Amino acid sequence: MDTLVARYSQPMFEKEYSEEDQLELCQPTPSLSLKFAMPPIAQPSAWLRAATDDHANPNCPIKIAHGTTTLAFRFQGGIIVATDSRATAGNWIASQTVKKVIEINNCLLGTMAGGAADCQYWLAYLGMQCRLHELRHKRRISVAAASKILANLVYSYKGMGLSMGTMCAGVTPQEGPALYYIDSDGTRLSGNLFCVGSGQTFAYGVLDAEYRYDLTEKEALELGSRSILAATHRDAYSGGFINLYHVKEDGWVKHGFSDTNPIFWKTKLEKGEFSNVTSELV
Amino acid sequence: MEVLLGITGKDFTLVAASKAAMRGATILKASDDKTRALNKHTLMAFSGEAGDTIQFAEYIQANAQLYSMRNNIDLSPSAVAHFVRGELASSLRSRKPYNVNLLLGGVDPITDKPSLYWLDYLASLAPLPYAAHGYAQYYCLSILDKHHHPDIDYEQGLKILRMCTDELKRRLPIDFKGMLVKVITKDGIKEVEYDDEARIACP
Repeated sequence: MDTLVARYSQPMFEKEYSEEDQLELCQPTPSLSLKFAMPPIAQPSAWLRAATDDHANPNCPIKIAHGTTTLAFRFQGGIIVATDSRATAGNWIASQTVKKVIEINNCLLGTMAGGAADCQYWLAYLGMQCRLHELRHKRRISVAAASKILANLVYSYKGMGLSMGTMCAGVTPQEGPALYYIDSDGTRLSGNLFCVGSGQTFAYGVLDAEYRYDLTEKEALELGSRSILAATHRDAYSGGFINLYHVKEDGWVKHGFSDTNPIFWKTKLEKGEFSNVTSELV
Repeated sequence: MEVLLGITGKDFTLVAASKAAMRGATILKASDDKTRALNKHTLMAFSGEAGDTIQFAEYIQANAQLYSMRNNIDLSPSAVAHFVRGELASSLRSRKPYNVNLLLGGVDPITDKPSLYWLDYLASLAPLPYAAHGYAQYYCLSILDKHHHPDIDYEQGLKILRMCTDELKRRLPIDFKGMLVKVITKDGIKEVEYDDEARIACP
């Protein structure tokens, strides 16, 4: 705390580079995290929550875009990544056309859930760090390393109110297909299957029931998209379009950004699913 | 973390309830029956605040049985459902409302049509082809949305129920000690042998 106060209580005219800044300029690589001005209070996260927590305080002055369904799973043919496209700020649907899959490079994808700004900013920053790694080491970064950059970074901001739940999916020669889950608590997990966001449980429901590692590519794409559809149907904070990606050995392939509404009615009418949706009045 | 599930099919209604009786962080009993038979063709499953649940369920059971004795005919599942909703609605505006959520499964003794009613403590009533209460909703409704059809037979119904309970075992952080499953057909209410031993791991 004292160091924080000291940093901001320097006299205005002292424009010379401080020792700390000079040291940083001399270093070949800058420290992982950028320097942000922090509100000069003891607990930034508590202050931020007071201003932004829509759930506790509906009159909060800032409403952060939240609420999502994202999923990614590993299978025999690579990794499927699928998301919805709705951003909500409180009860307000802020956008129906958000790109929640962030293309870090042509072999690495990130997904965004939680604070839209946090995810967008830090995943773009991760993309930058990955490119720098590529230039410094003359080979592409592994998914493990990329996810760890992000995990270490969000961990350095722990307790300051970052809100993000992301997945990093990619294929590299060293690792093969790799999938990592990172959240703003600092958790970093590798795994075969993750769903993140307010609609995660609905997606898990459909996905777990029919997931196998030896799914064919067609089955895997269908299952990914059906799981997002399930979540957009039951979770009010998910909806819009289904954004579908397939990560293969030679990079990712995009499989469309498709409106959920016609897909829902097609699924209902052609397969007879969603039998609770009727035109009868009770 | 109590689980209630209901599924209707061609000629039956399945009602399932978790077997754990929990108070705070303790499981007091692992073979609890959270259901009451209201008459020959109607079964009610309940969850909610301790004490309220059984008091309310047995109050409803007693009244349904009193009606049967007085009139020599059972109330239909729909009639029971509307009666229960009325009781919940008047309780809701009383000094101490019942905090009870219910599933009411039945088969109409005259038309042989299966039915399932979803009721909550705010006295909402919804007739549905399949329903759940509590955290189970978040995991099971998407499965049921995909796999349920109104004309499924009993075996298919059990298969879908198995998908639901497997998913709950896989993802719910607390062990709910398996499910007690009952089926209502035109011949009455029967308990179903339901194997709960299998361990389900996350993929």
